[in-house]
Amino acid sequence: MSFDYDKYIRPGKLPHIWCPGCGHGIVMKGLIRAIDTLGLQKDNTAIVSGIGCASRLPGYMDFCTLHTAHGRAAAFATGVKMAKPEMNVILVGGDGDGTAIGGNHFIHACRRNIDMTYIIMNNNIYGMTGGQFSPCTPTGAKASTTVYGNPDPAFDVAKLAIGAGATFVARGTAYHATQIDKLIAEAIQHKGFSVVEILDDCPTTYGRRNKFKSVIEMMNRLKDIAVPVKAAEKMTAEQLEGKILTGVLYKEERPNYTDEYAKVIERAKK
Amino acid sequence: MAKKVAFLQGNEAAAQGALYAGCTFFGGYPITPSTEVAEVMSVELPKIGGKFIQMEDEIGAMASVIGASLTGAKVLTATSGPGLSLKQELIGYACIAETPCVIVNVMRGGPSTGMPTGPSQSDVMCAKWGTHGDHPAICLTPASVQELFEETVRAFNLAEKYRTPVMVMPDEIVAHMRERIVFPDPGELEVINRTAPSVPPAEYKPYDTSFGDVPPLAAFGSGYRFHVTGLNKGQDGFPTTKAAWVQAEEERQVRKVDANIDDIVQFEEYELADAEVAIVAYGSTSRSARFAVNEARKQGIKAGLFRIKTFWPFPEKQIAALAGKVKAFITPEMNLGMCTGEVKRCAEGKAAVHGIFRVDGEPINPGQILEKIKEVK
Repeated sequence: MSFDYDKYIRPGKLPHIWCPGCGHGIVMKGLIRAIDTLGLQKDNTAIVSGIGCASRLPGYMDFCTLHTAHGRAAAFATGVKMAKPEMNVILVGGDGDGTAIGGNHFIHACRRNIDMTYIIMNNNIYGMTGGQFSPCTPTGAKASTTVYGNPDPAFDVAKLAIGAGATFVARGTAYHATQIDKLIAEAIQHKGFSVVEILDDCPTTYGRRNKFKSVIEMMNRLKDIAVPVKAAEKMTAEQLEGKILTGVLYKEERPNYTDEYAKVIERAKK
Repeated sequence: MAKKVAFLQGNEAAAQGALYAGCTFFGGYPITPSTEVAEVMSVELPKIGGKFIQMEDEIGAMASVIGASLTGAKVLTATSGPGLSLKQELIGYACIAETPCVIVNVMRGGPSTGMPTGPSQSDVMCAKWGTHGDHPAICLTPASVQELFEETVRAFNLAEKYRTPVMVMPDEIVAHMRERIVFPDPGELEVINRTAPSVPPAEYKPYDTSFGDVPPLAAFGSGYRFHVTGLNKGQDGFPTTKAAWVQAEEERQVRKVDANIDDIVQFEEYELADAEVAIVAYGSTSRSARFAVNEARKQGIKAGLFRIKTFWPFPEKQIAALAGKVKAFITPEMNLGMCTGEVKRCAEGKAAVHGIFRVDGEPINPGQILEKIKEVK
C-alpha cells in the first residue's frame, strides 16, 4: 500500500508554490514520513519557519504552524518550546534565512541545546527573491548579484552547527530521498537541538545560471558528491576532494535547555 | 488586613504589575535603563513556574514572546530606545498576526545609542510609526511608580482584549525613581484574559470576524491547529493577496483600536474647568507641570493640566474640545516637539501651542514651565 501523505497535508492547500524540479517537496515528504514513523501527534507538534521558498512548507502541513519573519524561526520556536516544553517543535527553512539573517538565532539555539529539530534546505541561493547569493553559495558561483562570480566563501552549515553546540547534526540530500526521513526521525528523537541539513537544488535561480542543463543534472551532482560518513572513513583526503559527507555527522548527549530550566524552577521554589 | 506597601523603583513596579496581571513568560535582552524589569522577572517567574529567557538579541526577545503568547501565555518583554528600534520588525508581526504581548520601553535619549542613562520622551512617535505598514498602536505613558504598576496591568488587559501589542513607556525618570507603592489586593484590579474559541477545532478560524473585530485566539497545543503568518491573511489565517480580503483585514486590525478609543484612552484633567492656559504633559514632565500649575494659580493665573496617560491612541477628542476653551496650550516634553505636533493637529488653529523642548538629558523643571505660562497667559 502506498504511503498516505494526505493524512498530514491540510486539505485544499496544495498545489505548493515550489517550481518544477525543486527539492523542497522531497524534503516535505521525508518530514511527513518521519513524523508518521514517530507517531507525533498533530495537535502537539509545532512546525515553525522563517521566510523564503522553503519556509512556505508549514502552510501545507496540518499541524500548529507558524510562518514567522525572515530568519526568526529559531527565536519564535524557542518561545514556543520554553512556554510549552511538552510540544514537539520542528523548524524548517532555507540556507539564506537560517545562516544569514537568522544566523544569530541559529547559533544560540545550538548553544542552548534546546530540544527542537531544525531542517535546513540548502539550495545555495535566495530563490524566492530571484537568485541572489547566500552564505551557502559556493565561491565563484553565479547569482543575480554575483554575475562576475561569487567572491564570498561559503558556510559549512553542519560545521557551524557543531561548533555552536548543536548535539545532533546530520546531512542528507534531496537525491537520497529515502534517507531523509530516517535522518529527520533520528534528529527529532534526539533530546537536544538537532540540525538536519538537506542539500537541495534550485533549478530556476541557481541551476540555469551555473550551467546545469537540467534538474536531472543537478540531482546527479548531489548523488556524485555525497559520501556516507562510514564510507568516508576508508577514503583518502584526495578521494574526498570536492565530496560532502552525509549521514549522522555528530551526536552527543548534553543537558537540554528546557530540562535545565525545569531545575531553575525547582531551585527558585525552594 | 492592611495592604502591602513598599518603596519600589519604577522598573520593579512594572515587573510586579506584569506578575499581578498573570504574566508567565518574559523574553528579553539587557539594555539600560530597562534592565531591572528583566532582573525582577528572572527572579520571580520561576517561583511561580513561569519562564524567563534572556535571548541573543532584541529581535530574538520579541520573537520569543510572540511564540510563547501563541501557546496561550501572557508575555512581557522590556527594552529601551535602540532595542525598540530593533523590535519594530516583530512588533509589526504581532500586529498583523494579532498576538497579545506587552512591551515595556523605558525612554532614554536618542537617536541611536544616544544617552543611555539620561531621560527622554523621544520614543512616543516610534511607538506608533516605528514599524512599517498600517497597524493599530496602543501606548501608555505612566507618571509615577504606582501608576507604572497599574498601567502595566492595564497594558496586559488591553493586549489580551484587543489581541495586539501594547507598549508601556515610562521615561527614564519614572522608571528609575523610587516611590511608595500600595499593592492592590488580588482581584482589586481587573485582569482580562484573551477570549478562547467557543467552536470546536474543526470549525476554528484564527481571524473569524463572525465573532466581531477581535476574533478568539486558540493556543498551540490545546487541540486547535491553525496557521499563523506575517503575510496578509484571510480569516482562516492563510496567506492571501485577494484585494477585498486584504483591505478588509487591514481595516479591521486598525479598527480594533480606533472603534474603542473611549475604552482605551485615559487621561487626567487638573484645574482645567476655568483654565485659560492648558499644559499638555505626560510622564515625569507632567509632575513638573502640576507644580507649575499650582504656582501659577497662587499668582492668580488660570492654568490647568491635561495629563496624557494613554499616548496612543492620542486623546484627540479631548484636546480638540480644550482648544475651543483655552487661549493657549503649553506642551513641555523631553524631545523636540512630538506631542506638540499632535496637539497642534488636534487644536486645528483654535488655540496657540507653545512647546518647551529639552533633549539634553535633564528634566523639564517647574520653573521653566511657570515662566512659559506667564509669557503666554
